[in-house]
Amino acid sequence: MSASTPASTETQPETLSGAEIVVRLLERQGITTVAGIPGGAILPFYDALAKAGTIHHVLARHEQGAGFMAQGMARATGKPAVCLASSGPGATNLLTAIADAKLDSIPIVAITGQVPKAMIGTDAFQEVDTYGLTIPITKHNFLVSSAEELLEVIPRAFTIAASGRPGPVLVDIPKDVQTQRIEVKEWPAPGLPEPAPAFDSAAIEQAVAMIEAAEQPILYLGGGVVHSGAAELAVALAEKASLPTVMTLMALGAMPVDHPLSLGMLGMHGARCTNLALDECDLLIAVGARFDDRATGKVAAFCPGAKIIHIDIDPSELDKIKAAHLGITGDVSEVLQALLPKVQPTLRKRWLSHVAGLKAAHPLQTPGIDDPRTHYGLISAVAAALNDEATISTDVGQHQMWVSQAYPLRRPRQWLTSGGLGTMGFGVPAAIGAALAEPQRTVVCFSGDGSILMNIQELVTAAEEGANVKIVLMNNATLGLVHQQQTLFYGERIYASKFKAMPDFIKVAEGFGIRAVDLDKAEQPRAALADALNTPGPCLIHASIDMHEKVYPMVPPGASNKEMIGG
Amino acid sequence: MNALTQNERNALTRAVLELDVNNHAGVMSHVVGLFSRRAYNVEGILVMPVGNGEKSRIWLMVNEDQRLPQMIKQVEKLEDVLAVRRHGADHAVFERLEEFFRA
Repeated sequence: MSASTPASTETQPETLSGAEIVVRLLERQGITTVAGIPGGAILPFYDALAKAGTIHHVLARHEQGAGFMAQGMARATGKPAVCLASSGPGATNLLTAIADAKLDSIPIVAITGQVPKAMIGTDAFQEVDTYGLTIPITKHNFLVSSAEELLEVIPRAFTIAASGRPGPVLVDIPKDVQTQRIEVKEWPAPGLPEPAPAFDSAAIEQAVAMIEAAEQPILYLGGGVVHSGAAELAVALAEKASLPTVMTLMALGAMPVDHPLSLGMLGMHGARCTNLALDECDLLIAVGARFDDRATGKVAAFCPGAKIIHIDIDPSELDKIKAAHLGITGDVSEVLQALLPKVQPTLRKRWLSHVAGLKAAHPLQTPGIDDPRTHYGLISAVAAALNDEATISTDVGQHQMWVSQAYPLRRPRQWLTSGGLGTMGFGVPAAIGAALAEPQRTVVCFSGDGSILMNIQELVTAAEEGANVKIVLMNNATLGLVHQQQTLFYGERIYASKFKAMPDFIKVAEGFGIRAVDLDKAEQPRAALADALNTPGPCLIHASIDMHEKVYPMVPPGASNKEMIGG
Repeated sequence: MNALTQNERNALTRAVLELDVNNHAGVMSHVVGLFSRRAYNVEGILVMPVGNGEKSRIWLMVNEDQRLPQMIKQVEKLEDVLAVRRHGADHAVFERLEEFFRA
């Protein structure tokens, strides 16, 4: 296969080990930073990395951290990023980060060491069936059985990770394959994304007709818009055809939140006006979105009167949750590009003024937004101290939803959050990865007292790397979303969600070697915050939040989006 | 997992899927994993290499279910699956095998 690839490179024959071959292939792939933790079964590869000295290795303190650092790099840049782990526990510790990448369609290539081939299946020390474990959580995976195979598998892994709907790929390499020496006469071309499959151009005409016939259309953007680089096209379509626009959690930033057509995030914690407008729409144009249950609420009651146009690169997403009247399988950039010139400029005065009325009558409520000692006020104060070049990551919980509601996201890839898997512990390592990939940016990680402890060890990695990461720790001494659900839906039986012991996070941060600022003690919190955010290097900013604050509005689990509580 | 009685099972409509796949050790796991994670029972499986052994053909007998079209799309997405064809339950491949499967 590699012999005939056009961009492959003939070279003076060299005898190289499998490990050296992998390093060389990563270099050719343009990889300059990897995150990982060494161990016995991957030591030949680490030795080759050390000898080459061409790739910056970030030493995570837990393999899950390495996985999320790779995700941070990939989410910030859109290019596949690499994480490394040894066999056994190294590989199992990576699993959560890989599963998270699968659900959010993030291109990462995970390389794991494996026990030597002859010992596979013998319950050898640190042996686990990494291949079997990762089948359901990867886009594809490989167990490599010879050094020759690496020449094909490594570029292929990058191609698969980045093509079509992106996703994680795992390459498991037994130790003896890493040490096996072979002669390399020719290098394969780096693995690039394959062109998207052609879409049905007749469907474009149909879509145009449906958009023109609609009186109350809504554009519904998902993470695919960000992955495909289609944000500008989507905004242009919305403007040309007067389409009020909703975004999923994954699409935030695709349309600036203060754009007049933006209705912000839909679904469980969307504003009332957003879900009410969706309830009334007669055409829903879903672009790179997958009708996730947190977005749709009770599916049968989602956009009950609407025809649906569904555009997605993944054919299995069409008709999966909701049958589309018109399904178009294709790259959303290419499809929007074809659609845009054919759509007539339309001004839907009646619908836009109706939506404006809904926005005025049922806006997102953000009590306390002017007071930096409240949850919304803190988020707003952080935004006020930064510009749109800042990248925002979050952990998972109440803080994540408040930030998704209140932070003025205006740029695709500005927003890094664990959407599908909802992994607490995502925020800090993802922020480190983003800061390493784009060192010119300030990266803010909003976290909670529950989430931060799930990957707290990576604070020392941030210190070691001098990563420009600011962690805003919203501390309410509870597992806030659990506390909220127990309060609202479990008869206020608060159980296992209130922390009795609370670490001194200032001391913890300082103990890990990073600066720390306690906003609770700052006389001028805005000034203290701006100072902390604009001083280069890692910093933890601690702020206490009232544990009784809730994320509102809220659609109760299983209810329709019309049945919102609060807000 | 399969709580149906023999009679109920016989009453269900069956479908036969024919998959062209790359012939290596992990392919079966990839394919059957898609079914098992959805608690979708595979009633019959046949696999043999074809041609020079680089490719294999997998025959699956499954119950007709509203999820079957989605299952087929998921199978088609697998890297090592080259083609999927759907046949009726009366396809000869399983009929001829019946004599080996008498209780």
